[in-house]
Amino acid sequence: MQPFIAGLAHAMNRFAELLDRLVLTPSRNGKLTLLTDYFHSVEDPDRGLALAAITGDLMIAAVKPAMLRALVVERMDPVLFGYSYDYVGDLAETVSLVWPQPQGHIPNHVPTLAEVVGKLQAASRSDGPKVLARLLDDASISARFAIIKLVTGGLRIGVSARLAKQALADLGKVDVAEIEELWHGLAPPYTELFAWLEGRAEKPRSAALALFRPVMLSNAVDGGDLEKLEPADYAAEWKWDGIRVQAACEGGVRRLYSRTGDDVSGAFPDLAAAMNFEAALDGELLIGDPREATGTFSDLQQRLNRKSVSPKIQQQYPAFMRCYDALQIDGEDLRPLPFAERRKHLEAFVETLDPSRFDLSPLVAFADWQTLERLRQAPPHPIIEGVMLKRWDSPYLAGRPKGPWFKWKRDPHTVDTVLMYAQRGHGKRSSFYSDYTFGVWAGPEGAEELVPVGKAYFGFTDEELREIDKYVRDNTIERFGPVRSVRADRRNGLVLEVAFEGLNRSTRHKSGVAMRFPRISRLRWDKPAAEADRIETLQALLDR
Amino acid sequence: MRASDLLKSRPEGLYCPPGDFFIDPVRPVERALITHGHSDHARSGHSSVLATQETLDIMGLRYGEDFAGTTQAATLGETVDINGVAVTFHPAGHVLGSAQICVEHKGMRIVASGDYKRQKDATCLPFEPIRCDVFITEATFGLPVFRHPPDHEEIARVLKSAAQFPERSHLIGAYALGKAQRVMRLLRDAGYDRPIYIHGALAKLSEYYQSQGIELGRLEPGTVESGAKADFAGAIVVGPPSAFADRWARRFPDPISCFASGWMRIRQRAKQGGVELPLIISDHADWDELIVTIKETGAAEIWVTHGREEALVRWCELEGIAARPLHLVGYEDEGD
Repeated sequence: MQPFIAGLAHAMNRFAELLDRLVLTPSRNGKLTLLTDYFHSVEDPDRGLALAAITGDLMIAAVKPAMLRALVVERMDPVLFGYSYDYVGDLAETVSLVWPQPQGHIPNHVPTLAEVVGKLQAASRSDGPKVLARLLDDASISARFAIIKLVTGGLRIGVSARLAKQALADLGKVDVAEIEELWHGLAPPYTELFAWLEGRAEKPRSAALALFRPVMLSNAVDGGDLEKLEPADYAAEWKWDGIRVQAACEGGVRRLYSRTGDDVSGAFPDLAAAMNFEAALDGELLIGDPREATGTFSDLQQRLNRKSVSPKIQQQYPAFMRCYDALQIDGEDLRPLPFAERRKHLEAFVETLDPSRFDLSPLVAFADWQTLERLRQAPPHPIIEGVMLKRWDSPYLAGRPKGPWFKWKRDPHTVDTVLMYAQRGHGKRSSFYSDYTFGVWAGPEGAEELVPVGKAYFGFTDEELREIDKYVRDNTIERFGPVRSVRADRRNGLVLEVAFEGLNRSTRHKSGVAMRFPRISRLRWDKPAAEADRIETLQALLDR
Repeated sequence: MRASDLLKSRPEGLYCPPGDFFIDPVRPVERALITHGHSDHARSGHSSVLATQETLDIMGLRYGEDFAGTTQAATLGETVDINGVAVTFHPAGHVLGSAQICVEHKGMRIVASGDYKRQKDATCLPFEPIRCDVFITEATFGLPVFRHPPDHEEIARVLKSAAQFPERSHLIGAYALGKAQRVMRLLRDAGYDRPIYIHGALAKLSEYYQSQGIELGRLEPGTVESGAKADFAGAIVVGPPSAFADRWARRFPDPISCFASGWMRIRQRAKQGGVELPLIISDHADWDELIVTIKETGAAEIWVTHGREEALVRWCELEGIAARPLHLVGYEDEGD
């Protein structure tokens, strides 16, 4: 079918088209296909710059929204612009649509992404707006949108850096861990990376320091797993519900990585300041002073998703690292050693670190699985979500090998809720009402009403999906676009048992709580709606 | 004669007092002149109807042969006298059979354009600009944000996606009259020669288009009898947008929902509707076409109806053209 698409093959437009598709494609596999096709069919250096734009590694001086608006009203009637902006609601999109091409101006050349990026990066602060305006004059509508997104920062297309790396791995048929390990030694436009992925060159060798080492992940304990395992072969530790981090310091370079290799040092300057060693350590980022008390997940939330952290927040919610593995110490790669050996190195090394910022994840002694089961069900701290099992003789392996590491989580919490709203799904599920908002009862006796407490879209079988879909269609009381409001009162309603991992306080939700990882665990066709749980049941969990 | 004495807005629709007829009335009337077959313009139950033969045929297909007391076919470009008012139908380029209606009396000429577009469309005759004193324009997409891209580029996006996702089916939502047939024809013009699967609601009208010499290629019903789920892998299916939220759509493997409409220009519209592949294909004029057309008619006065009147009125003011919104009720954009 190649001939039909020839008209789309213009460089900048290819990138714009990719953004347009990604933002509307909900499925992960769909996004991966779009990304790998793009990387496969677009040449260097455009594809590498697109990759950098997606992963957030492209540096372009930002243009403020007010400047963008000023540029457009110089060129068109402000009243017409006002009507347009009111209708569309998004400034970048409005400007891309209404931008008037200069009279008689027919661009004879569709710029490449590289040309666009080059011009933007070369522009000085004062002539930046003029350069932007000239680029917009020459661009198609969707290319204008892409250019504006590049200069206003943040593509917001629902693609994580991790997903982009997975697409690269798919392109080169290599493990994503290999990409992650290389990543921080590379720079846009990643020409040598693509050359390797396409089999035209050797794997790039990085001279960069303090690189990320892909992390080792565990498998969940399944029924029957433990019977086949010998307790004496395994060490046990608490499973801390913080964020997995890797502290890598080498030759004066300090980096704190997330589990997918994103550099998060900027968000944790207090911890980074204490990283004055030569090593790569694996552990959990938590809040508090490890010598005194460990904070809860709500405390940790105060430090997440922030662009900058004020000294006050750093003081109130100090970050520390609870270490559980040593990957490298003083230039020696410890990963091939068995866990027992690495643990000895780790214990000795953590001794030498700032005790207010680093401690050791303690081992949990156990004689048999029954003992461990009791400990797992009643952990000594709310931020413990189960136990980890690590084979004493296992080396540190990237990825998720089956056997050496297990996570054995505390059983989830469950709550009986009432279905309130249902939304149509996407792709395979586009004709099904498959995303459910559910609520619990609140208010005084006799005047109870449902407050929504969460949303879930999995946990049920295909057959159950069909049943719920029918129920939704038969009990709709109102429709808003793809959403249906479902009959739910004391006498009518479908009770959904929802399982979840934990609960956070939330000021954004009316109920004041936000569930972590909620899923439908059972359909309670048998249970009257009035007997679903009350909000107090959830609040009690928060206060624990 | 004043323009407002020749045509005026009444609850039933646009009324011509000297000719005693309505244009596109929304309630049953004695004498109706109808621009095109979309249901908000063409209603059943009038005593007599004057429209193009195609519009009469389409009304017959939709409402049954007894949709009006008597009917009379208007020939494009030929003037008919109605109570001393000269009435001429001219092509509007909207859907098959669509026409503008030019009304002339005592030196005053008003063109009621109905719905129209200027983009080329192989399924209907192109719009002809008619010089007039007053031009009545629609304003469905009367905001500068609506710029429709060339339709063949949009169709190329579907074909590219079908090549990228050969295991999935592509469901294109398109209104049953006009848009659906245009989409099928665009697919054919782009070289797509596999059968196109259609929803039952499109069958009669598509057959009618084909009987009028508009080639749509092989159309097959999108029914379970046509095949099991796997047989629809890679298929392109066209149906009314409402059908894709329906159980009907479940027979298709992991469908990518596409929607052919001028509204798809706005990302949020696509997102809210769960549309994965928006196709900006419209049978209405976009902003640029509206303002070009207004200029080409040479009209000294513009009446703006159904849609976003305020922006177009503002544009006319800036251009020094008299303009006012014409408040007609009951039109709700079936065609896009």
